Amino acid sequence: MNMALNNTDRPNSYIGRSVTRPNALRLLAGKGRYVTDIKLPRMLHAAFLRSPYAHAEIKSIDTTEAAALKGVHLVATGEDLAKLCKPWVGTLDHFRGMKSAPQLPLAVGKVVWAGQAMVAVVAETRAIAEDALGLIQVEMSELPPVVDIDQAREPDSTRIYPELGDNVAFKLTVESGDVKAAFAKADGELEETFFTGRHTAVTMEPRAIIADYNASEEALTVYHATQTPYQFQDLFSRLYGIRESRVRVIAPDIGGSFGMKLHVYNEDMSVVGLSMLCGRPVKYVADRLESFVSDIHARDHRIKTQVAYDASGAILGVKVDDVTAIGAFSTAPRTSVVEGNQVVRLIGAPYRFRDYRADLSVVFQNKVQTSQYRAVGHPIACLVTESLIDRVGQKLGIDPFEMRRRNIVTSDMYPYTSPAGYKFERLSHEACLDGLYKLMDYPRLREEQKALREKGIHRGIGIAMFVEITNPSPAFYGVGGARISSQDGAIVKITPAGEVQCLISVGEHGQGTETIIGQIVAEHLGVDRELVRVITGDTDVTPQGGANWACRGAGIGGETALQAAKKLKQNVLSVAAAILQSAPGELDLINGQIVNRSDRVERIPLSEVARISYYRSDTLPPGTNPQLTAAHHYSPQGYPFAFTNGVQACHVEVDAETGFTKILDLWVVEDCGRIINPMLVEEQIRGGVVQGLGAAFFEECRYNESGQLENGSLADYLVPMACEMPDIKIAHVETPTQDTELGAKGCGEAGTAASSAAAMNAVNDALAPLGASVSQIPMTPQRLLKALGRG
Amino acid sequence: MVTKTKKPLVPRLGSERVKPAPFRYFRANSLAEAFAAYAEAEGDCTYMAGGQSLLPVLSLRLQTPSLVIDISRLEELRGISLANGVLRIGALTRHNEMLHSPEIARYAPLLSKAAPYVAHPAIRNKGTIGGTIAHADPAAEFPGMTLALNAEFEIANSEGRRREPANGFFRGLYETGIAPGEILVAIHVPVFGEHDRCAYHELARRRGDYPLVGCGVRATIRDGVATNGRFAFIAVGAVPQRAFAAEAAIEGQRLDETAIAAAQTALEQDLQPDDDSETTGAMRLHLAKVLLGRLLREIALSPSKAVEAAA
Ligand SMILES: Cc1cc2nc3c(=O)[nH]c(=O)nc-3n(C[C@H](O)[C@H](O)[C@H](O)COP(=O)(O)OP(=O)(O)OC[C@H]3O[C@@H](n4cnc5c(N)ncnc54)[C@H](O)[C@@H]3O)c2cc1C
Repeated sequence: MNMALNNTDRPNSYIGRSVTRPNALRLLAGKGRYVTDIKLPRMLHAAFLRSPYAHAEIKSIDTTEAAALKGVHLVATGEDLAKLCKPWVGTLDHFRGMKSAPQLPLAVGKVVWAGQAMVAVVAETRAIAEDALGLIQVEMSELPPVVDIDQAREPDSTRIYPELGDNVAFKLTVESGDVKAAFAKADGELEETFFTGRHTAVTMEPRAIIADYNASEEALTVYHATQTPYQFQDLFSRLYGIRESRVRVIAPDIGGSFGMKLHVYNEDMSVVGLSMLCGRPVKYVADRLESFVSDIHARDHRIKTQVAYDASGAILGVKVDDVTAIGAFSTAPRTSVVEGNQVVRLIGAPYRFRDYRADLSVVFQNKVQTSQYRAVGHPIACLVTESLIDRVGQKLGIDPFEMRRRNIVTSDMYPYTSPAGYKFERLSHEACLDGLYKLMDYPRLREEQKALREKGIHRGIGIAMFVEITNPSPAFYGVGGARISSQDGAIVKITPAGEVQCLISVGEHGQGTETIIGQIVAEHLGVDRELVRVITGDTDVTPQGGANWACRGAGIGGETALQAAKKLKQNVLSVAAAILQSAPGELDLINGQIVNRSDRVERIPLSEVARISYYRSDTLPPGTNPQLTAAHHYSPQGYPFAFTNGVQACHVEVDAETGFTKILDLWVVEDCGRIINPMLVEEQIRGGVVQGLGAAFFEECRYNESGQLENGSLADYLVPMACEMPDIKIAHVETPTQDTELGAKGCGEAGTAASSAAAMNAVNDALAPLGASVSQIPMTPQRLLKALGRG
Repeated sequence: MVTKTKKPLVPRLGSERVKPAPFRYFRANSLAEAFAAYAEAEGDCTYMAGGQSLLPVLSLRLQTPSLVIDISRLEELRGISLANGVLRIGALTRHNEMLHSPEIARYAPLLSKAAPYVAHPAIRNKGTIGGTIAHADPAAEFPGMTLALNAEFEIANSEGRRREPANGFFRGLYETGIAPGEILVAIHVPVFGEHDRCAYHELARRRGDYPLVGCGVRATIRDGVATNGRFAFIAVGAVPQRAFAAEAAIEGQRLDETAIAAAQTALEQDLQPDDDSETTGAMRLHLAKVLLGRLLREIALSPSKAVEAAA
């Protein structure tokens, strides 16, 4: 199904090829350098005393004994760090009316979730710091916790922050067309309430940071397991009053991020202050239990829906009431309302109905904050939409493929603006649906399903279409006043030996950014890929940019690298023209050789141009100024976002006696525009699918009534493992965006966007003959048995 | 040699890498050394075999002993041997050996059938049968299966050795018939007979996890009639449990659907699982019944060794 890519037989043609990762050997050989591996001279270690209560007043803190422990250098309270660090607030202007209380590195006066850091200890070793935590006396008085979403909104509910008035962070109504009229003229309507479980990212490498403040030059260096070093350069600078140019944030190897590593965390902010107070580097690495109670969580929603349809299966209108609970604060700097915003704006996105109304309420509660996690809002919107499509189809006896064909936005409708206001340049729903139908051999599967049902084996097939927001312009955060860049920068330079270094602002966290940037630079410059070294993640070294969030590395970073490489090629050709007494337009650079554009006869190697430029500029004609370094910045123009689209299908077998589900197959047909590296796209899709299946079947942060997380360990919080995962088969459709020369869109969130939905539709398809259905994820055996009336 | 415990071999385990509270470490070379070290520390210590349950407990600081006595090198606790119709399995036999040993497969097949469900290969390479029985997690596979096997435990203390039957050995949550300071030396299992059949299955959320419910059954089946049925359930309460009423329901019966349904109904008298935050007791009981039904059907259909030999 791949369309013809470039002419992949050309020399240095790398775009569209599954080339391997240059960093794979280093990482597999154990030579990775993660924050945990870094040891600085005189480095100290921090540990945090955390609140055992979800909501309590701090009456007094006695640190005397802890401070006296041998090896302890500092015990700092919230007040101590508040003297150094300005408070931050997780709101943005374009979410009109939203509110959130100011946050400080450590709790001051009260704690608002179980696990919130209250006191920091800095010691010679982490063990000593942890021992000292046991010696701190904190007198606390418990306050009633706000745990439930409905309770949070009751008029007499405890106010987590009385000064905010109530526990509602944000309200939004999205309205298009005339939803009342749509329901009035409908042949049928149905309603359903969906629940999605709070879950969390669980990166292999936990959050980790070393802050090294040097008072003699008022400079701060931070080694940080982060996706967004530039954003933290800005934050550390502003909140601690250190000049921006003297804040250096280095993101070394990163072991997974998934959106979790771009938020402001209390421990990270604390460590900077602790280093300032100690005058020494201070390291903090979250352990797994701390990760569960302090990393952001996500996707805690209850979505009430109503859908109106006509007898032909056309969806006429949809009404949505989404309530989501985000913890005690909105997370800075992106806020915790983006997820809800994207849920209500993405519901129905692949389909053509125009009459839509959605109400969103975002409420506070005494739990750790939720915020952006891979595929922000998409899996929820997709789950709701796709389940509704199937439920209508089931009512009317229309096959899921047919339901979708009748309702999708078709290729003759572009450019198309969705009811919620998203502008689609060109999507390929029909091609993806057709591709999926063939890929999964749909008719055969249905036959097999029928035959097995007669034997009491309950298999189900579920389909889910998706659109994914990628390549965000400043419309995403910039307009709301966030200092989050949507542009990226690249510097490409030729070394004297004629090799290439590309310094770029998008980073590498395991997804393969360095690989694709190397492919793009090599191809557009005209050199062997082996000669290109990509350098990322150091604000003193790499150019300013947005780095990694919301699927932008390939689409924006890639275009930046492409343009920088083209610029550099022009520079190279003009020096070469001077040397060869030719004209730049008559020359080309192919495979590291300057050749005649006309007959491709080799004229001079790139290495020779570089040697002359750097060492023998005296031999060049007067006025020749070789510029063998080129910089380029690029920010999306044209459409505010580029949308990736696709469709997934899931095949399951439900054991109706036990409620256990076996995931048999999963198929994805996706369209992320120009594919730079099919292998890496497929890896992104597979990893994403697994996270979506985790949400569908396993992952849930379970809290009790007092606001305690009950399953905050990897023994109790179930992440999907290889044995439970199906083979994931992938096919591609390519509709490049016309907004860039590269044509690439994002693919990192596409897998996660629809796999929960496909899974739920599959389970419900299996349950249908038994008269049962589920509308809550994760679909645990307990919930399935309950649905089957056997719980 | 006892003085060794005073001079720590490793002064502060975990000091760089954190987690456990500081403790001293002593590797015992004989049972006598282990007991002496235990006495010396006045009980403020713990034994370590494979460490696969103990190390997490220490890392979470749920226990903070000042001394860890490593018993993983004790020759007295090793080996699998057969004598007088009883298989003796040394306490240090690793889960992985349980999985692959031909003797276990032949003479105590219920244990080899349960073994693939115990944790993951990395843990099976270290964890020991003695450790899992002494630790007595109510959801662990091997401890529960010793009930169905009518096993006996050989326990040593500084005075000598004694035997204790599996039945009654699991006293409460993580509580067993091993007294403080005692060491489990071996497990004795009556060998699997010609007409015996067994099966194990469990319902776990993920492969290798502790199950929601697990069950092992064994019975002697002669001419289609079942006797000596013993059913052991795990993860249904504070201790692994025999299902005496359900066993009685099939005694002397053909394992047809009527007998199986009777056993499933009788199970309600045997098991009264509690609700927990995720699973209701009623659901666990339901799952236990489903499992029992499936296992009884399996042994009813599976050829016994006698039949296999005749074929
Ligand atoms: C991730 C993970 C998953 C696991 N999953 C499972 C599973 O699915 N099923 C399962 O059954 N187990 C599971 N386990 C536990 C594993 O089987 C352990 O190895 C076993 O429970 C303990 O054996 P050990 O030899 O490691 O004992 P240790 O951890 O060394 O000791 C455990 C306890 O027993 C005591 N002890 C050990 N040996 C003796 C002895 N001979 N005499 C007296 N006391 C002794 C120790 O003092 C300690 O208190 C899992 C463990 C992990 C880490």
